[in-house]
Amino acid sequence: MIGEHLPALQVVVPLVAAPLIVLLRSAPLAWLLAVGVSWASLVIAVALLLQVQSGGVISYAIGSWPPPWGIEYRVDALNAYVLVLVGLVASVVAPYARSSVAAELPRERHYLFYCMYMLCLAGLLGIAITGDAFNLFVFLEISSLSTYVLIALGRNRRALLAAYQYLIMGTIGATFYVIGIGLLYLMTGTLNLADMASRLREVHELRPVLAALAFITVGVSLKLALFPLHFWLPNAYACAPSPVTAFLAATATKVSVYVLLRFYFSVFGAAFVFERLPMRGLVLTLSVLAAVTASFVAVFQQDLKRMFAYSSVAQIGYITLGIALVNENGLAGAVVHLFNHGVTKAALFLLVGGIALRTGQVTFERVAGLGRRMPLTSLGIVIAGLSLIGTPGTAGFISKWYLVLGALDRGEWWLAALIVASSLIAVAYVWRFVEAAYLREPAPGVAGSGEAPDGMLVPAWLMVAACVYFGLDTSYSLGGARAAVAVLLGGAP
Amino acid sequence: MRSDLVLRVIAKLLIPFVLLFALYVQFHGDFGPGGGFQAGVIIAAAMIFYAIVFGLPAARRMVPDRAVEAMVAAGVLIYAGVGVAGLLLGGNYLDYFVLDRVPAHGQERGIFWVEAGVAVTVSGVMLKIFYMFAGRRSDADDA
Amino acid sequence: MNFAGHYSYWITVFLMIAGLYVVIARGNLIKKLIGLGIFQTSVYLLYIAPGKLIGGTAPIIASGFGTYSNPLPHVLILTAIVVGVATLALGLAIVVRIHEAYGSIEEDEILDRDLTGQEGR
Repeated sequence: MIGEHLPALQVVVPLVAAPLIVLLRSAPLAWLLAVGVSWASLVIAVALLLQVQSGGVISYAIGSWPPPWGIEYRVDALNAYVLVLVGLVASVVAPYARSSVAAELPRERHYLFYCMYMLCLAGLLGIAITGDAFNLFVFLEISSLSTYVLIALGRNRRALLAAYQYLIMGTIGATFYVIGIGLLYLMTGTLNLADMASRLREVHELRPVLAALAFITVGVSLKLALFPLHFWLPNAYACAPSPVTAFLAATATKVSVYVLLRFYFSVFGAAFVFERLPMRGLVLTLSVLAAVTASFVAVFQQDLKRMFAYSSVAQIGYITLGIALVNENGLAGAVVHLFNHGVTKAALFLLVGGIALRTGQVTFERVAGLGRRMPLTSLGIVIAGLSLIGTPGTAGFISKWYLVLGALDRGEWWLAALIVASSLIAVAYVWRFVEAAYLREPAPGVAGSGEAPDGMLVPAWLMVAACVYFGLDTSYSLGGARAAVAVLLGGAP
Repeated sequence: MRSDLVLRVIAKLLIPFVLLFALYVQFHGDFGPGGGFQAGVIIAAAMIFYAIVFGLPAARRMVPDRAVEAMVAAGVLIYAGVGVAGLLLGGNYLDYFVLDRVPAHGQERGIFWVEAGVAVTVSGVMLKIFYMFAGRRSDADDA
Repeated sequence: MNFAGHYSYWITVFLMIAGLYVVIARGNLIKKLIGLGIFQTSVYLLYIAPGKLIGGTAPIIASGFGTYSNPLPHVLILTAIVVGVATLALGLAIVVRIHEAYGSIEEDEILDRDLTGQEGR
């Protein structure tokens, strides 16, 4: 009985947990409920993935109103993949959050943190699973609003400014998305994504559809921090509490990439978006700019979190570059990098959070000599950094490999060379950490209180191990990505 | 003071009618403008009116902080509960058709409870926002 | 181009641009939020104006009426208004906290105080 209601339960379980946590009020109970719900959402996501792999597309009608009149939750290979990523990261961050939140927030506020965390999780899962355009907006705003609160909980007062800036930019992005949906609704008369796709083929007045595409692109690009709309990201990631940064870096932008993929390939159609319009050139230029300039800026940062935040902007550039390649290898590279980068960044920010717990600020002066004080953490950052660069044997290599293959498939040698060259810039900023941690003496006056607590180290190292595992055994990550690409390139689901 | 007295008397006369109007708006949502959100805001407006005229501590005694927080959470749980009830009775999530033997009456029942949940949450949230903002005193201007 | 018939769209575009301008051009944090509100209001108009059909009545089935106005945009905009209210409330709460931490709500002053490390209040 539960099996047929899994799509609804995926969203309902975290959504119900949030008010329950508010009613329960006690911090340890709130944490336990959050961990339990995160693990449950991972189990449900994996179950959905298995159902899709064996049975094809799952269509679930909320309220038993048949689509397209009712809201439909539609699970195919693409969003099952994204759901598993979100569930995996949430399951790892929730147990980690206990020590981190205990150090950064007063005890009476802990339950509010976990309530917001559950709402954010419900919102992100809802974005990935819904098949209705306006329902997507509602979940987008649920996840965004809880994200603004989570970011504002950071210790430094800069976190408030970062949250405010993200609020303004994020709300503009979401409102642009709504404008795009409004124009599409005016032209097609439906809000159901699958129905919209089939009706769009018969629309003759193309100008509103082009305007809708433009609005949706800008709106979603604000959310996924595509260059030059990325200005909220470095501040938000640097000032937020560590578990929040890890969770957001690994999931929020990836889910926005999923929305872009869904609209470009399933609703508008790749032919319309990439061949009739110069979207290919535009997205390609912006992606290359993102990958190169953000990597450069990362090299000159003083704060570890900010450095990895700029690195995130660059990696998102790689994902959109794969999208702009519009062939099987390029898209596979983009989708698998969605997963691999999520795992890598989660590992990095979880480990940096451990450093923040022990040393306060994570600037390069305080990190000097870390190799001796926190050997496991430093090793983990090095391994995850290798995955960021794309070293063979790590997950990052797989995505870069397929991106290069995709570029070569189109005969664009210069693009393949650019991808490799910008990965080398990543070596520069990872080397800065290696040099500071292993080759420098600790600054006088910086107390060393040993390794991060186990509750933080174990989840972080799970992600580090995942970086290596998904670099060696790609059957799950790449297999899932290929199935997703088949859905995208095969036309409307 | 005389002006204060007029305010207090009018408030005491008006607030019950405002609350009654809120209930009217709540249940009339099927046939005219209205529904949970509008009714919730009117209820909160009545309570905020009380807080403005009689002072924040008096309002806090009438509707304590804990009760407001519980209202916020309870409303969401009522809404989600209707959905789960639909699940348990054999339909999909938020299925109203199965809530009664006659599917059309099931729709009425589902919408009734869902709107009730919305009204509880919205009035709780609006009141909580007021408590949060009014409860902060800035040191510079002590009004 | 039918100017008179499309006046609702002209107003929508005007409000949209005005709202965006206020968000970008004003340094006061609360004015930015007000600009955001104006921008969101234009979107409500974008949805609701086409929903009313000429000669259509309220969307409740009654005998003697053939054309009904579209109720779906109203539902969508109710949701969007609630989201807008929540965003506004959250934004204002953050502005209150910023004021307590920095002592000002002008963006340039805040950035100055951020760099010099000056305390609020």
